[in-house]
Amino acid sequence: MAAARPNNQHRSTRTPALGLRFLLLAVASILLLVVDHRENHLDTVRKALGAAVYPLRVIVDAPVSTLRWVRESTTDRNRLLLENSRLNAERLLTHARLQRFAALESENARLRGMLDATSRVRDQVQVAEILSVSSNPFRHTLVIDKGTQDNVFDGQAIIDANGVIGQIIEAGLLSAQGVLISDPDHALPVEVNRNGLRTIAVGTGEFDRLDLPFLPNNADIRDGDLLVTSGLGGSFPPGYPVAIVDNVTRIPQGPFADISARPSAALNQVREIMLIWPGDVRPTDVADDE
Amino acid sequence: MSNERGARLPVLLCIVAALILSIVPMPDLAIRYRPDWAALTLIYWSMALPRSYSVGSAWLIGLVLDVAQGTLLGQHALALSLITYLTVKFHLQLRVFPLSQMTATVLGLLGLYQFILFWINGVAGTYAPAVTYWGPVVTGTLLWPLIAVFFGSIRYRLARGS
Repeated sequence: MAAARPNNQHRSTRTPALGLRFLLLAVASILLLVVDHRENHLDTVRKALGAAVYPLRVIVDAPVSTLRWVRESTTDRNRLLLENSRLNAERLLTHARLQRFAALESENARLRGMLDATSRVRDQVQVAEILSVSSNPFRHTLVIDKGTQDNVFDGQAIIDANGVIGQIIEAGLLSAQGVLISDPDHALPVEVNRNGLRTIAVGTGEFDRLDLPFLPNNADIRDGDLLVTSGLGGSFPPGYPVAIVDNVTRIPQGPFADISARPSAALNQVREIMLIWPGDVRPTDVADDE
Repeated sequence: MSNERGARLPVLLCIVAALILSIVPMPDLAIRYRPDWAALTLIYWSMALPRSYSVGSAWLIGLVLDVAQGTLLGQHALALSLITYLTVKFHLQLRVFPLSQMTATVLGLLGLYQFILFWINGVAGTYAPAVTYWGPVVTGTLLWPLIAVFFGSIRYRLARGS
């Protein structure tokens, strides 16, 4: 058997026991698959491998962040001034709104006190940056640049300025992987803000649609209803906007209505996200959400 | 002359580049047609240098892909090591194939690769419409001649240079 290339001087390029090696690796893969699918024992393995992949992600992110840095450092003075004044105006506006919010919050606390309920503790948030998004079209995941070093934990909620984005599924040391609420495998407990109707919002694999598959035809829900997290699942703190109902089709012959909602957060357009620490678990040097 | 050990660095760079290309963020539509860069690279180099790049390297690269893409651990590892096994097993025949025949073989290998991913997803209960798996196979096959020529020039230079 002569190889095609004459200067290949292999006596026999066929490696011995190739089949055996493949068989062992295949068995190892299947074992990994089963263990990974059934249990969570492989978290440490994943974390270690994730740390190995981290430089790769940084390389991938490098052109984008360099471009941003160049753009930021070459913007001229006028534009910066303009932006500054715009931001100042925006800050004033939000401050005004916050004052009202503070009044409402204290009123809420008072009312809750009267009702003898425990008042909600303010959540802590921290801004993180997205390093990469899923390259697999069937998994809507993202990787952020904060990890267990910044007290990120599995199951932590991720939001952006407009609403819930998803939750952390795997916190590594320097980075963490999160799953978006639009992932087909993701479901989160929500309630209709108008009347407190509780249900589950399930991802569909499309960035602009969530399904509410478990509501009966006579449920009190209509177009434009705001869905907020109900906090019942344990991982999402209550009261954050999730989606707005944009289609309610009642199916008289079926048990459930066909309801879909549009996520409030721009799931595929964000670059900065916020991590939430519910209640009093205070991470190190984290800004208040004021 | 074409000592396989001497060819470590450039080939490793090719593999790293393939891994980077397979996790670079892209628009939704482009992702559905993203070629399996890692699979293509492995097919070429395991055919060219079967002693250095065989099922073991394929398995490791697969694990890295699994972690990077957030799939089940072992999914890409299994698929990649299977197609690499086939490539190494028949590398002497593959080397003398004309480009058209080789491209057809790559189509088969990529199809097998995606089928295994699809199968494991199905068994694990991860939702995915079957049609969407064929995009990468088609683009990968169309790209193969270019990739073969590109890697071929690298290999030629390695063989001559070292």
